[in-house]
Amino acid sequence: MPESVDACIRPLEQPRRVARRFIFYTMVVFSLVGIPLLYLCGVITIETVNMLGRYMTFAILAVGLDLVWGYTGILSLCQSFFFCLGGYAIGMYLAHHGGPEGIVDANGWKLPACLFVVYPYDVGQAPADALVPWFWKPFWSLPVTLILGLVIPSVIAFIIGWSGFRSRVRGVYFAILTQAITVAAFNFFSMNNMKFCGTNGLTRFDRIAGNYHLADDKVKLVLYTITAVALIGVYALCRHIVKSRLGRVLIAIRDDENMLRFSGYKPQNYKLFAFVLGAAIAGLAGMLYVPQMKIITPWDMEASKSILVVIWVAVGGRGTLSGAVLGALVINLLYNYLTSAHEMLFFLKSMVSESTYSKMIWKAEYWQFVLGGLFICVVLLFPDGLIRLWHRLVGQPATGTYGK
Amino acid sequence: MSHTGYIPIDYAERPAMSRLWDTEHLLVLEDISAVFDGFTALDIKILGIGHKELRVIIGPNGAGKTTLCDVVTGKTRPATGDVYFDGDRITHLSESEIALLGIGRKFQTPTVFDSLTTYQNMELALPGNQKLLLNLFVRETRAERERIHAVLDRVRLIDQRDVEASHLSHGQRQWLAISALILSNPKLLLIDEPAAGLTDAETELTAQLLLELGKEHTIVVIEHDMDFVRQLDAVVTVLNEGRIMAEGPMKDVEADEAVIQAYLGR
Repeated sequence: MPESVDACIRPLEQPRRVARRFIFYTMVVFSLVGIPLLYLCGVITIETVNMLGRYMTFAILAVGLDLVWGYTGILSLCQSFFFCLGGYAIGMYLAHHGGPEGIVDANGWKLPACLFVVYPYDVGQAPADALVPWFWKPFWSLPVTLILGLVIPSVIAFIIGWSGFRSRVRGVYFAILTQAITVAAFNFFSMNNMKFCGTNGLTRFDRIAGNYHLADDKVKLVLYTITAVALIGVYALCRHIVKSRLGRVLIAIRDDENMLRFSGYKPQNYKLFAFVLGAAIAGLAGMLYVPQMKIITPWDMEASKSILVVIWVAVGGRGTLSGAVLGALVINLLYNYLTSAHEMLFFLKSMVSESTYSKMIWKAEYWQFVLGGLFICVVLLFPDGLIRLWHRLVGQPATGTYGK
Repeated sequence: MSHTGYIPIDYAERPAMSRLWDTEHLLVLEDISAVFDGFTALDIKILGIGHKELRVIIGPNGAGKTTLCDVVTGKTRPATGDVYFDGDRITHLSESEIALLGIGRKFQTPTVFDSLTTYQNMELALPGNQKLLLNLFVRETRAERERIHAVLDRVRLIDQRDVEASHLSHGQRQWLAISALILSNPKLLLIDEPAAGLTDAETELTAQLLLELGKEHTIVVIEHDMDFVRQLDAVVTVLNEGRIMAEGPMKDVEADEAVIQAYLGR
């Protein structure tokens, strides 16, 4: 018998559980109180807070994918598409309320500034046929936008999932299907005549929720706080699900979906549930991302962006929610650090010639190699992800082991 | 020696299906054929399993034993014919619907959910919990927990309660699969090769378990191991090349010329 069996027999001991809870609450307090305090004391700039807020939306996206992929075993490559559906919803709201005032179309609707790129007219000129498209109109109101930002990705996920899971499209075939849908969506949103502002995307945002300016530091701080609360909420919701019996059914689907049918379960319903919830979570993440990023373009739903989400989860540790959060934050912070110029080999400066030294300066293009290398290393060395390193450190037995 | 529940059916004089089940048989297969790429894997005129009967199906490799299970559980659609279970035609139903009607199955290789613990595997098999929303809120009751413990105790898996199934031995996995099946309390248990890969002692316990179960359940066992089949002392149906070759008590079947031919080579 392998020694890990003994480790498994022992249930999570009390001190370990306490330690775990302690870490969780520490993170909650740190993100909700610590970061704002650090900002208010002037230790970190508002740009850093804003960056953390954006990376937390990525963490929300990763938690959603972890539920779908890490637990249920559905490799979804359209998470970035769902993310962008939420992003475009809030983006249209922000575009409605941003940009130069006073440009109205023939029906008296304020024309969003970014639509001018689509309509080939100059600013201030609004001919009769340059109308606000009908599908832009619901996004004038913030509550409607917030609801649609969750409902639209959910409905689209429901349609994809219902048709896919019912006809038992599985594994790599489902991944390819979702990939294809993402590519189609990218092309759809990129077309100028679709009136989603083409490849330029939605921008020139100004105000949110009445008269709060996105450029205002306080608004940025509030947006960060909302994002942190949302991340904690999504994490708690997903944790409740995976700890319930439903979560065990999801894991059983990942292990052997066919066998579960013979126990009287309908795996397609459970998969649909996870997939739709994952899409709604992605939509939420997108809605939080765009006001902080102040732009959304079709490039955010490129096929490679979805694969990036998969990499975050894989590196962090699939099948553990904390792993997904960890992966998203670590990779993005690393990305942030390594895509700016650094003189890492500064101690060599006096030893080599000027021209040689200039070649040694870290360049942003190297990031792709770091990411690729990191992914390969994690897959080969820690198939359970970075979180497993931490678990090993605190002596916790493997949980949420994936595909052994 | 009595073979509880065994009532032979004559194909020529078979009763009208409309009144067959309520009196005599729990499961009836009529005119079933399954064809894969032009190869007829199964061709059964009639096969009836009585209430509370323990039936053993034997046959050489490729005789169609597993295909028979697949047809009954809805995994494979028969090309022709119908399957009747407890009063209903179930030929057109899906796997999960058939499972909910009360046909449980253990596969040839012991299939358990590797990432779940022994207890969690059992928990998923509890009857009446297959609906999605129920699973989000409902926890098992004390009675259910005690039942799980009782079954695990019986198959000597109680010490492995919180062990992930991937760490169990082959025999333990077999028993876990059978235990989960027992827990779901089906009307009919289809058990595909329960003794495969077990030690002699384990085989004996498995036979005891099945005999004990046979008092309250209808069981169809598919088996290769002749010693094991003798221990079960049940009516045996011999399949060969997809057809039923012989049916009757083990000692009669063993003496059958055609059966010996099929098993020992032509």
